[in-house]
Amino acid sequence: MWFNAFLLALREIRRNLMRSFLTVLGIVIGVAAVVTMVTLGNGATVMVSERISNLGSNLLVMRAGQRLGPSSDRAGSNAFNIQDVQALQEQIVGLKAVAPAVTRAITLVAENRNWSSTVVGTTNDYFITGNWVLADGRKFEDDELQSGRSVCVIGETVRRELFGAVNPIGDRLRVRNFDCQIIGLLSPKGQGGIGLDQDDTVLIPLTTAQRRLSGNLDVSPILMSVNDMADTEQIIDNINRLMRERRNIAENDENDFSVVDTRQIAQALSGTIQIMTALLGAVAAVSLLVGGIGIMNIMLVSVTERTREIGVRLAIGALEREVLLQFLIEAVVLSAFGGIAGIILSFGACYAVTGLMGLPFLFDPVINVMAFVFSAAIGVVFGFVPARRAAQLDPIDALRHE
Amino acid sequence: MIDALPTPTSAAREPLIQLRGVTKTYGTGVAAFEALKGIDLDIYAGEFVAIMGPSGSGKSTVMNMLGCLDSPTTGQYLFQGIHVERLTRQQRALLRRHALGFVFQGFNLLARTSAQENVELPLLYRGESAPVRRELAAKALESVGLAGWEGHTSAELSGGQQQRVAIARGIVTNPLVLLADEPTGNLDSSRSKEIMGLLTTLNQTRKITVLMVTHEAEMAAYASRVVTFVDGRVRGDEQQLVPEINAAREDH
Repeated sequence: MWFNAFLLALREIRRNLMRSFLTVLGIVIGVAAVVTMVTLGNGATVMVSERISNLGSNLLVMRAGQRLGPSSDRAGSNAFNIQDVQALQEQIVGLKAVAPAVTRAITLVAENRNWSSTVVGTTNDYFITGNWVLADGRKFEDDELQSGRSVCVIGETVRRELFGAVNPIGDRLRVRNFDCQIIGLLSPKGQGGIGLDQDDTVLIPLTTAQRRLSGNLDVSPILMSVNDMADTEQIIDNINRLMRERRNIAENDENDFSVVDTRQIAQALSGTIQIMTALLGAVAAVSLLVGGIGIMNIMLVSVTERTREIGVRLAIGALEREVLLQFLIEAVVLSAFGGIAGIILSFGACYAVTGLMGLPFLFDPVINVMAFVFSAAIGVVFGFVPARRAAQLDPIDALRHE
Repeated sequence: MIDALPTPTSAAREPLIQLRGVTKTYGTGVAAFEALKGIDLDIYAGEFVAIMGPSGSGKSTVMNMLGCLDSPTTGQYLFQGIHVERLTRQQRALLRRHALGFVFQGFNLLARTSAQENVELPLLYRGESAPVRRELAAKALESVGLAGWEGHTSAELSGGQQQRVAIARGIVTNPLVLLADEPTGNLDSSRSKEIMGLLTTLNQTRKITVLMVTHEAEMAAYASRVVTFVDGRVRGDEQQLVPEINAAREDH
């Protein structure tokens, strides 16, 4: 009986190919939307986590002012100085490295080429906090740091843009109004990002930057790397206490600086993306529901349209449950086909969008199987009412139906 | 085929169908309408019975009853000794499936479906395998003179041809009784004669009992017996010698 009902349903779908296609279009689009949203959302979550962990391991960033985000160096509050850095190094237990930074966007010149990049004045601790490895050359010498010599370590992007295939070690690079000698080349971190290329950077000694670029002794931000086993929360507390003391902040006043754990940013961002994904998925799921109602609608019309035919089937000996099963299977087969088509469509869409946006394409079998099962379930739920109506028709009335 | 049904006990002239005091009332109370007012009728295997009468006489109602599509309000309907009035909807469906064939005025073939598949439909519900279905359907189509037309859909067939496909569908299960409700109502006179000739042949050569509702005396003339209904009662019931059969044969 099951096989027969399946056969009859398939014949029916084949007999009304165009209508069947239009019927399942809602399911196709609904499934495609849900699967695409979730797949892209997963990809974005993974990408954000990876990119932020790429910034540095167990990285704390301390900035003057309370604003989150970049360029809050001079947001009305006092910047830090090198004594703060020394105090952090001496008094906070559990820090692997403390790197002061002075950052400026500057146009670089080498030979006859220009490139606009970010110049960071810092110390050798910066290599630890930023997880940087040298591809070639060396780090700064102590005397270079102390006396503010004109030497620099350049990132992969800067090397590519200014020197092309030539090995730049030993060459000179013009940074605004002074020349510096290239002593090292950073290994590329290698991620193509949206507006954030970590390899587009030049490192010079902190003192050099203070003397030649900023013209003062301010330092901000300060980057700190926490030991792997240390309690990050506790360390942040300690840093806050130390800095409040050093900056003479009264008991009840707000901090005029902020310490941010990049891992928290990663978690917060991933969390946000996951919520967005869930929301978009939910909206898409509503379209699935609408698709299901579409199937019910067409099936009801189809039952009315085929009333006489149902009458014939009942007259020649079809049982109620056989007619029910035929219509139910018709609905399920339709919606399941729709689900498969939607999954294929979403595969194509995900492939295209991830390629376009530089997201990783994470094929998630769970969501695909779920979407398929759900679409078939929609067929059962929304096919039941029309199927029961067909099965309960009185053959005499049905045969008389015009 | 009909193992589930009791076999006739005596080979003597035990009626295939017995109606005893059958009434049928539609609606209730003031709106009640009595379509059948106590019918007694015996039909024997191998008969070709024409049921005649003006509209509203109850001939369609009795036809639905005989076709096990409807149950009497009161009275008894015995089909091969089975009390049809006591059967459930599902049991009646099974009885139709195994013992009856139907031909309708409007042909009622499935649209956009080949003649072959239309004829196979009752076999599908009987659970026959695909090769058996194909063979029996081809034979049935051949017996109504439509060999070679298996692949044509109803839209590609004339009215007469469609009705012959419908007859093939009605007889493909080799039923005990073929019920035909105004089978020539939608056909012109020469097509009608063809169809009547076909029904007569099936009745005579394959011994299928044929019950036919018609309001045309010309068609009733092919039957071996004519039962006339007026106002919910049997008014006339006469056996016929059938000279028309010979006339129909000459027409072929």
